[in-house]
Amino acid sequence: MNWLSQTLASSLGKKLIMALTGLFLILFLTGHLIGNLQLLKDDGGQAFNEYAKFMTTTPIVKILSYLTYISIILHVIYSLILTINNLKSRPIKYAVNRQSENSVWTSRNMGILGTLILIFLVIHLRSFWYEMHFGSIPTIAYEGGGQIKNLYLIVVEAFSHLWYVILYVVSMVALAFHLTHGFQSAFQTLGLRHLKYTPLIKIAGLLFAILVPALFALQPVYLYLKNL
Amino acid sequence: MYFKLKIWRQKSPEDKGGFQFYELDDVSPDMSFLEMIDVLNESLEIKGVEPVHFDHDCREGICGTCSMFINGRPHGPQRGVTTCQLHMRSFNDGDTITIEPWRARSFPVIKDLVVDRSAFDRIIQAGGFVSVSTGGVPDANEIPISTNIANEAMDAASCIGCGACVAACKNASAMLFVAAKISQLALLPQGKIEAASRAENMVVQMDSEGFGTCTNTEACVAECPKEIGLVHIARMNREYFFAKQSSENISLR
Repeated sequence: MNWLSQTLASSLGKKLIMALTGLFLILFLTGHLIGNLQLLKDDGGQAFNEYAKFMTTTPIVKILSYLTYISIILHVIYSLILTINNLKSRPIKYAVNRQSENSVWTSRNMGILGTLILIFLVIHLRSFWYEMHFGSIPTIAYEGGGQIKNLYLIVVEAFSHLWYVILYVVSMVALAFHLTHGFQSAFQTLGLRHLKYTPLIKIAGLLFAILVPALFALQPVYLYLKNL
Repeated sequence: MYFKLKIWRQKSPEDKGGFQFYELDDVSPDMSFLEMIDVLNESLEIKGVEPVHFDHDCREGICGTCSMFINGRPHGPQRGVTTCQLHMRSFNDGDTITIEPWRARSFPVIKDLVVDRSAFDRIIQAGGFVSVSTGGVPDANEIPISTNIANEAMDAASCIGCGACVAACKNASAMLFVAAKISQLALLPQGKIEAASRAENMVVQMDSEGFGTCTNTEACVAECPKEIGLVHIARMNREYFFAKQSSENISLR
């Protein structure tokens, strides 16, 4: 094994991959949220459809989207490898184990939260990403532009079902808890810990973990109520 | 005080083991936890029952030998103490106390509550020694070290290698222990010279011993009898990543 693959295969190397992909996905969430906020505009979906076209046709965004796919896949695979190894590290469990006395629930259950997010992601990608890329979406013409795919129509239709809205809100709660631990944990893993900056990172992480999923959850709720 | 004790008994590493129940009366609240076990063992011996085997040595919280998982927490319910520094007044009269050995793949049970912690020794060995020729004892302050750095190195050096971090961690990770040992030397000028190879070798050994990986739950920090902080794990990560990209060791395992 050469030094690079040896590094990435070590315990700290695997954690490094988890941290870096996690942080990249945090950046992705920020970008995705800014785009989604176009749904709140009262313009019949024009801003959102133009955003959807921009996201699927601009070369630089294409590169970023491939990085996102890779990050998701690596984050999932490495979490599985680490979790399996961690479970093997304690073959006999304690009869009495009061973990709540020494750590918080979210930090111990990142795998469960991550699994919920992954299940959501599959459903979410099938509904919109797959339809946008491979489905047959009706087109719409705007002034100054040609025919573009009317993804807004698909989105509004999807969020007219109550169960679908509930699924999104619940998944965003899981994402929020995942982020409360994950955001600051990624910096710790990278070794970025400092008396001055760590408290700021923790506050920023908490704000991010509350605000971003809350704003994501707002879209389906808004569209559902608007089109009742 | 009166206690019901539920203690893990295991004859040998191969034995399956199981819990045994004992009752103990007239326990002084000022007894240490180990003294309470001593009293139990005396009563067992009189009855002709094999005493409960457990690790202990200095009984003043500095050797790191005692290792009991008491009521779901390493070294019991108090913060910042070892089992030998835990007193029976920390419990309520009539309590049932469950006592288990450290549980980790890398800490196999030898007998009853005694586990084999030699994995820690092998990690220390992998770190090697400081090969700087130091000569005679230097004058005080010949090598300037700021108080902050000296204090932080001392915090790391206060690790007694008891293994409570591994016992507490949901992943049985040894990272707080390894981090303390790496940190202690990496902070000081004498240890900086070989800091890179030390970090690389100790992490390799830690991995090969079969410990889990850190998920930053901070359970280790909460249970460490010497209250060693997560800041040392961050430093270990920095030291390791820096060593990996800058050292000339390309043929490591």
